[in-house]
Amino acid sequence: MTTPKLQVEDLHVQFASEDGMVDAVRGVSFTLGQEKLGIVGESGSGKSTVGRTLLKLHPRTARVNATRLQFDDIDLLSADEKAMQQVRGRRISMILQDPKYSLNPVMRVGDQIAEAFLVHYSVSRTEARKRTLDMIDAVRIRDPERVYNMYPHEVSGGMGQRIMIAMMMIPEPEIIIADEPTSALDVSIRLQVLSVLDDLVRQRGLGLIFISHDLNLVRNFCSRVLVMYAGQVVENIAAADLDNAQHPYTQGLLASLPSLDNRRHRLPVLQRDPSWISV
Amino acid sequence: MTATSSSLAHGGDAPRSHWAALLDNSKRTLRRILRNPLTTGGLIVIALLVTIALFAPLLATHDPLIQDLNNALKGPSAEHWFGTDAFGRDIYSRIVYGSRITLYIISLVTVIVGPVGLTVGTVAGYFGGAIDTVFMRITDIFISFPSLILALAFVAALGPGLDHAIIAIALTAWPPIARLARAETMTLRDSDFISAIKLAGASPLRVLVRHVWPLCLSSVIIRLTFNMAGVILTAAGLGFLGLGAQPPLPEWGSMISAGRSYMVACWWMVAFPGLAIMMVSLAFNLLGDGLRDALDPRGE
Amino acid sequence: MSMIDIEHLNLTFGKGRDANHVLDDVTLHVEENEAFGLVGESGSGKTTVLRCLAGVFPFWTGKLAINGRPVDHKFTLERCREVQMVFQDPYGSLHPLHTIATALSEPLRIHGFKDRDDRIDDILRKVGLTPSFRYRYPHQLSGGQRQRVAIARALILEPRILLLDEPTSALDVSVQAEILNLLADLREAEGLTYLMVTHDLGVVAHLCSRVAVMQKGRILEILDTADLTKDTEKNDYTRLLVDASREYSHELVHAATEVV
Repeated sequence: MTTPKLQVEDLHVQFASEDGMVDAVRGVSFTLGQEKLGIVGESGSGKSTVGRTLLKLHPRTARVNATRLQFDDIDLLSADEKAMQQVRGRRISMILQDPKYSLNPVMRVGDQIAEAFLVHYSVSRTEARKRTLDMIDAVRIRDPERVYNMYPHEVSGGMGQRIMIAMMMIPEPEIIIADEPTSALDVSIRLQVLSVLDDLVRQRGLGLIFISHDLNLVRNFCSRVLVMYAGQVVENIAAADLDNAQHPYTQGLLASLPSLDNRRHRLPVLQRDPSWISV
Repeated sequence: MTATSSSLAHGGDAPRSHWAALLDNSKRTLRRILRNPLTTGGLIVIALLVTIALFAPLLATHDPLIQDLNNALKGPSAEHWFGTDAFGRDIYSRIVYGSRITLYIISLVTVIVGPVGLTVGTVAGYFGGAIDTVFMRITDIFISFPSLILALAFVAALGPGLDHAIIAIALTAWPPIARLARAETMTLRDSDFISAIKLAGASPLRVLVRHVWPLCLSSVIIRLTFNMAGVILTAAGLGFLGLGAQPPLPEWGSMISAGRSYMVACWWMVAFPGLAIMMVSLAFNLLGDGLRDALDPRGE
Repeated sequence: MSMIDIEHLNLTFGKGRDANHVLDDVTLHVEENEAFGLVGESGSGKTTVLRCLAGVFPFWTGKLAINGRPVDHKFTLERCREVQMVFQDPYGSLHPLHTIATALSEPLRIHGFKDRDDRIDDILRKVGLTPSFRYRYPHQLSGGQRQRVAIARALILEPRILLLDEPTSALDVSVQAEILNLLADLREAEGLTYLMVTHDLGVVAHLCSRVAVMQKGRILEILDTADLTKDTEKNDYTRLLVDASREYSHELVHAATEVV
């Protein structure tokens, strides 16, 4: 077994708020190898915070603590901003939810992808352009030359997201963090984008962290699932074993989802137990 | 995000009545406003202004209008704290009574400009189409004049005097409020809560007054507060040019104008009214800043 | 004669070259006390159908009838008592500066009801809230509570028909079940008719008996929700939507690229 690329042990993140320091992440631990790991939770569970903390993208007033936050040979916890700039994009990349807000509206999409490459590698512009066109083709967009010259507002949702993927994959990172990458997309487009992501992750042997609120999506797409509640990991289980989940929150969540195949007269409502919050 | 229901989780009792709920909300907003020391400072200065204006007869040491030519152009002393002017009138007392005039000006201008700007802006923004075009072109005409020039033109037409100066200033101050209210209304009119009340059968009047105005109010108040400084300065400018308050009224701007000729030798004639104007303008600016930080709904 | 009759509904935005044919010959009928679903992706026109019924877009062509009576293009006060709507975003559908009591009493005031307080207490209880919620502001409530208030507001004028625009998609997954149960209970208890728009087939299958699948402004087919999972003859697009809501697989993706 290869050593995992990413090791997180006992991660704690606190944010400054009007009422003092608020715990967003409390004692989260997991490892990531060459696999697709899903982190599932509702709003306020801390799942997005985990993703952002790995790239140190939290506000300056936040407090981050961990026993271990190790990526390969880099200790992320003690890494300074300069070191993090070497990591972001180049070794760990992040795909966000809505390409509308992540793409620069006044720059052609091709140029943005090329820039993502040029930031980390010094090559000629022609070389960068060629790589960009290859990458646009790799995310299964037809006619890369034409799309290169388009502006973000001319590009549809699914294509925009694939351009985001191209932009994030072109520097050849080892880990991709995807934060709700398909939540803003229609169902049919979603499948295309997921397939592109799946293929690229497999072909390049990357590690993928897939953050989402959609348990059904994650259980089908990822090999392993972390379920988060109130800043903690309550379940760390192989996707295939989800039906045998141990924690009552996971069980309750699974049971309360309306399903096409399992129609019930009344949906069981998740009863929150206050004991889930304390460890 | 889990903090949305924090006020409930903290064991807060449900408010018992409409007024209790409003009071709760206002208390919280006030606390936010007062958190900023600069804003609190501005608020104190304004409170001071109001107090001085209210108790002017008690605070003044002399009658502001009585002349005493033997004591003219005397510097600050134990008897005349801020010195005397060319007619021997006590400058300190004139400033104290002048605060009433300043308050009169800003209150009247606000009372005219606020409702007019709000109405024009929200009606234009809500109905759109021809109404919007007509109202906005009228607004454009007023905006395209520099405010002092327009005020001058009006005063020249209507004749000098404090009330005319106030009307002139009000006429130039309402367009930015209308523009602001219109912009806010246009973002609001497609909101779901507006659609919902329209679906319940609300008339446009009800939608505007009960739903749109309350939401525009905070931006308009903030803008009005920032405007106050400008209003005071414009009034002072008009007074300086002899077109605002007429002698012997102790309006701060005309006091500076009168002191112009003696400025070099008798600095106190210009310095003290100038200081008063500056402090009040600054106070309103700071208050406006603080209000914007506290009332901005996005901060919620 | 049904509760809702929609026949040859057409709606176009813009003119000439920029004309956007948002609704194209939409025809459907909803029976009394039925829950009817409208599914489709963005641009399918499903929400527009609701808004035409709600009088938001007065420039539709075709025939609309509620309870047998044809519907005006303009929105009338009578229609308020027949049709009401629950919006998608619980954070945007309540006025941020009005207390819950104000939000609920205003429709009553507009229609001249006198016993407002009793009706408010009654409706709060019906949606699973207590009268203590009267003087709270929306920002003090959770998403699920806000949506309950939105439902209460829609029901306070005692309509026969509820138009539901993605009523649970903006809510947390764990809250969704409560609201869906509430909607199902209310329909039974109050004899309501639902026309619900959603993109989630699971929700449609739970609440509705029939569903219309829409794409690009047209209705592709209308079927019983029970048939969604059965191997009956259906439109390819419908099949795609059903499969997509079940699981992700490579075969599915291939199908997706063909149909869309």
